[in-house]
Amino acid sequence: MGMFLIVLRRELRLSLRHGSDTVAALLFFVLAAALFPLAIGPAPETLGRMAPGIVYVCALLAALLPLDRLFGADLEDGSLDHLLLSGLPAPLVALAKSAAHWLTTGLPLLIAAAPIATMLRINDDALPVLLLGLLPATLLLSLFGTVGAAIVLGARRGGVLLPLLVLPLTVPVLIFGVGAADAASGGLTARPHLLLLAALLAAAIPLCPLAAGSALRSAAE
Amino acid sequence: MCRVLEADGLAAFRGERLVFAGLSFKVANGGALLLVGPNGSGKSTLLRLIAGLVRAEAGRLLWGGQDVFADLAEHAARVTYVGHLDAIKPGLTVAENLAVWGNRVALEPALAAVGLTQLADLPAKMLSAGQRRRLALARLVLRPAAIWLLDEPTLGLDTASVERFGSMLAQHRAGGGVVLAATHLPLPLPDAGELALA
Repeated sequence: MGMFLIVLRRELRLSLRHGSDTVAALLFFVLAAALFPLAIGPAPETLGRMAPGIVYVCALLAALLPLDRLFGADLEDGSLDHLLLSGLPAPLVALAKSAAHWLTTGLPLLIAAAPIATMLRINDDALPVLLLGLLPATLLLSLFGTVGAAIVLGARRGGVLLPLLVLPLTVPVLIFGVGAADAASGGLTARPHLLLLAALLAAAIPLCPLAAGSALRSAAE
Repeated sequence: MCRVLEADGLAAFRGERLVFAGLSFKVANGGALLLVGPNGSGKSTLLRLIAGLVRAEAGRLLWGGQDVFADLAEHAARVTYVGHLDAIKPGLTVAENLAVWGNRVALEPALAAVGLTQLADLPAKMLSAGQRRRLALARLVLRPAAIWLLDEPTLGLDTASVERFGSMLAQHRAGGGVVLAATHLPLPLPDAGELALA
């Protein structure tokens, strides 16, 4: 546990020193979402109906931005070898990276989602459910993203491969997350959708670090 | 207790290419082994294999008679690896770069051992290539490890730094530590054995 926290602290410190990744993801999120009223018109009904989908898609794409540097910088400067020799098993190194990605990208996106959704005139009943759904959803994006980042590590044109690998994995997150907000908006219960998101997260927490850890070991060879 | 690092019939691939096969050697505690050979002969791969970063396709590696690949986490604790990359984050200070990897109490002795005490609070991006190398070598002192694996450790170092590094090596060996180094430059490792890779 001690080494896990040391690696997590290291990642957070590096993110703070290179805050541009978080800021870039947030700016992308805000700008991409702000384009929709310009593209489809400012009608509150149309925007409000589409708001959960817009927020999810923009958050998903914004979360992808810092992923190619998640392990890439460590591979380039040799730090990845030291992480793997730190005594922390490779899956836990990957889990620490996922946690750092969520804290520096997922959590800021989750916080920014509230004003963005309000700007898009989301239904008042749907907003809390949207934010509640984004909690497991952003965690899932970080876990899936970590797997993708580890798999494309060292590959030529890894930055192009990464979204092709991660985006299909996030389809259930998108469906259940938006479904929860839509259900709340229509006066229905969002519970089944949220439970399915929680179930996905429960499966991803042990499985994604294992997959990412194997990919990291393979990349280090 | 006499701890011996012993390799028997090691083989490794780099991608699709067999880099070496049937490699055997023995280094007792306090001993040193220089890996020599032309570029691409597998010196770095062998160091990475001993560190546990590369899988051995064949053969055994024993430490004190125990198979090191049976428990890689335990093996990692007895190895310090300095690769040809410095593993330094330019956004962190010199001290912060070291603090990540070891005991904070050992920070000052580690910086002193490589003559970087005065630069502890300097961002690592301000360091010269030689200073970066010295910072990488400071990790050797940061935590006690029986086996030092060094890939071109003196690249970019000035004469004074090489002498200081020689003292670190001598102290480590006097304490029963083992050194394996791959280099094309002269290293301050008296009485070191040589393993030639083709």
